[in-house]
Amino acid sequence: MLSRTADNLFWIARYMERAETMARLLEVGSRIAMLPSAHGYRNEWDSLLRASGTADGFARKYGDSVQRNIESYLFFDRDNPSSVASCITAARENGRIVRTALTTQVWDALNSAFQELRALEREPRSALELSRLTEWTMRNSALVRGAIDATLLRNGGWDFLNIGYYLERADNTARLMDVKYYVLLPRADFVGSGLDNYQWTTLLRSMSAHRAFHWAYGGEVTAAKIADFLILNRQCPRSLMTCICGVQSHLDRLAADYGRETEAQAQARALRAALEGLTVEEVFDEGLHEFLSRTIRSAADLTSTIHDSYLSGGLR
Amino acid sequence: MYEGEAIRSPYARLGDWVQAMPAELRQMKQAEAEALFRRIGITFAVYGEGGDPDRLIPFDMFPRVFSGAEWARLERGIKQRARALNAFLVDVYGRGEIVRAGRIPAHLVYRNEAYEKAVSGFVPPKGVYSHIVGIDLVRTGPDEFFVLEDNCRTPSGVSYMLENREIMMRMFPELFRENRIEPVDQYPELLRRTLASVAPVKCDREPTVVILTPGHFNSAYYEHSFLADLMGVELVEGQDLFVEGEFVWMRTTEGPKRVDVIYRRIDDAFLDPLCFRPESMLGVPGLMDVYRSGGVSICSAPGAGVADDKAVYTYVPEMVRFYLGEEPILNNVPTWKCGQAEDLKYVLAHLPELVVKEVHGSGGYGMLVGPKASSEEVERFRARILDDPGNYIAQPTLALSTTPTFVAEGVAPRHVDLRPYCLVGERIELVPGGLTRVALKEGSLVVNSSQGGGVKDTWVLAE
Repeated sequence: MLSRTADNLFWIARYMERAETMARLLEVGSRIAMLPSAHGYRNEWDSLLRASGTADGFARKYGDSVQRNIESYLFFDRDNPSSVASCITAARENGRIVRTALTTQVWDALNSAFQELRALEREPRSALELSRLTEWTMRNSALVRGAIDATLLRNGGWDFLNIGYYLERADNTARLMDVKYYVLLPRADFVGSGLDNYQWTTLLRSMSAHRAFHWAYGGEVTAAKIADFLILNRQCPRSLMTCICGVQSHLDRLAADYGRETEAQAQARALRAALEGLTVEEVFDEGLHEFLSRTIRSAADLTSTIHDSYLSGGLR
Repeated sequence: MYEGEAIRSPYARLGDWVQAMPAELRQMKQAEAEALFRRIGITFAVYGEGGDPDRLIPFDMFPRVFSGAEWARLERGIKQRARALNAFLVDVYGRGEIVRAGRIPAHLVYRNEAYEKAVSGFVPPKGVYSHIVGIDLVRTGPDEFFVLEDNCRTPSGVSYMLENREIMMRMFPELFRENRIEPVDQYPELLRRTLASVAPVKCDREPTVVILTPGHFNSAYYEHSFLADLMGVELVEGQDLFVEGEFVWMRTTEGPKRVDVIYRRIDDAFLDPLCFRPESMLGVPGLMDVYRSGGVSICSAPGAGVADDKAVYTYVPEMVRFYLGEEPILNNVPTWKCGQAEDLKYVLAHLPELVVKEVHGSGGYGMLVGPKASSEEVERFRARILDDPGNYIAQPTLALSTTPTFVAEGVAPRHVDLRPYCLVGERIELVPGGLTRVALKEGSLVVNSSQGGGVKDTWVLAE
């Protein structure tokens, strides 16, 4: 497959996953903001902007982090390259470029999302509830994902799409967890309190993993259990472990198909091994924020290796 | 559709179909068709007219019908013309017999902008310069067709031929059960075979075919990706290709892969910055050297444009006689060349009756439709012609046939033209059908989509 085609597929997946994360972030933000006792110490919407890496761009454009502005910036704003609208538009444009590598169903899902987005943009903003926007995003992201799984040839293109999904998802899970870090508790003795737990639970809800967590761990919700679930648990579809295993298995498929390995396989294997040797206690010892930042950097390094190995066409 | 008062036989069943279709159903179907086009994303300007890449071309549900016998004659005429055009191209880049014989003026060939000195003396594989010949035709009587134009470079619109059929079959399956309509969906396979059959001399294996597109901003990008998809070949941009050693390679996730045949949808001038326009980013540096040394085939071959110029067009019947020793089956529209004193005199005297076109114009721009023009417009055009007579040709307005077309009030006659796509490789082949364009405005003779034209399905009935 053409390197350029693979690159476009990789980015379709990343944009779709990113759009979904933006919607999830909006959901976390609105739920956390609904909690009365956190008020007065810090505006929770700030934490959301920081975790999504869009705080500076937002500050330049809007200044005040009130919900309506945040919604505009994270959902509609074309100046924000990570907004839902920007991501879906970019995914559809990439899809148009690689029509030959997509089934009609996948194209249809991408194109319909784009057409519906344009209709949403024409509606008066007062008529648009936040929940409607986030649900719309998740539904469309699921439609694209489902069309890919149900109809696409299991060839290299499918692998690059999945690698894009997993890498973006790992990055996003790390960022969503980081929201929790940025949401400061009023005082240290609030750790383990009802407020603390409410925030952790909200995080789970934002990943649609609230019930799954209870099935997997039962009973009490603690920071350690949630961190274990989102970082190390192979059953959790969004955990860092699941994502890195996913990347590795698709890289292995490529190596088998092409009959040769690249630096990318070795790097993915090392990342997985590091996670496998890790306990949640060690994560907290390092500091959750520090660990997450390191994870985000590793994912970025792996991305650039994959780019050099497959997507740039430079390989001889 | 009519012959005197009677419905022409190929249309007989369609008359009943229209009668039986209530207006509401028709509107519903029309909306359904548009939704389908938009969903599939068939949004491009036919014939490279530019404009909004997301624009839909109006689709008329009333098919145009040819009987098997009518088509058989057309097919012979088109193939004959395609053979003559290719013989001409090989000749003018070789010995130039037709010029030496005085059958076409030397300056029309050798001073033509589309004449590529870079390929002089080069004979492409199988002696084919133009592999996809799009011939635009109009009908003026039951057995009378005229050629309006030959397109020897990269004729577009074939995706419409295929998608129009697809959508008609989806919406009106009963029509296809009741009528015996020849299929057209073998076109991509024929195209692939045609391209593979002109593999370069150095290719010693199953040839790798690619389509070269200027990119997704091009108005015909949908067509490029559609054809690549149906043929199962890569759709590449210039940046995906590079020259190394004696061959052209494409960048893939598995490393470089050799490319043997390039179906290019970009113009000559952009093919190779080392040979043509140095600032072009669309092409591949060094491509022409590989081409001339037999390392890659380019379809259509660089230089093919010299055969489809509007001034050269007038000599195509002469080409048929000269190279094939046959009488042309399809006639040209009688044409006056303003560059010639006698013709110019006639044209200036009869401007209000004539259609005047720029030799290099396209898309319905830069033309005068005399009978429809105001006297000021005629005078303005007269001045333009006098300014540069060699740049204009003139033709009579023909009594063009019409086909029934759905309009707001029901069904009404509208003017149409037809572009069949003739494939030339080891063999010359033609699918039974083509792209019918229809002038949706009442009385209009201009079928270009930029001037309010639409498209419709074209049927050839099995005998």
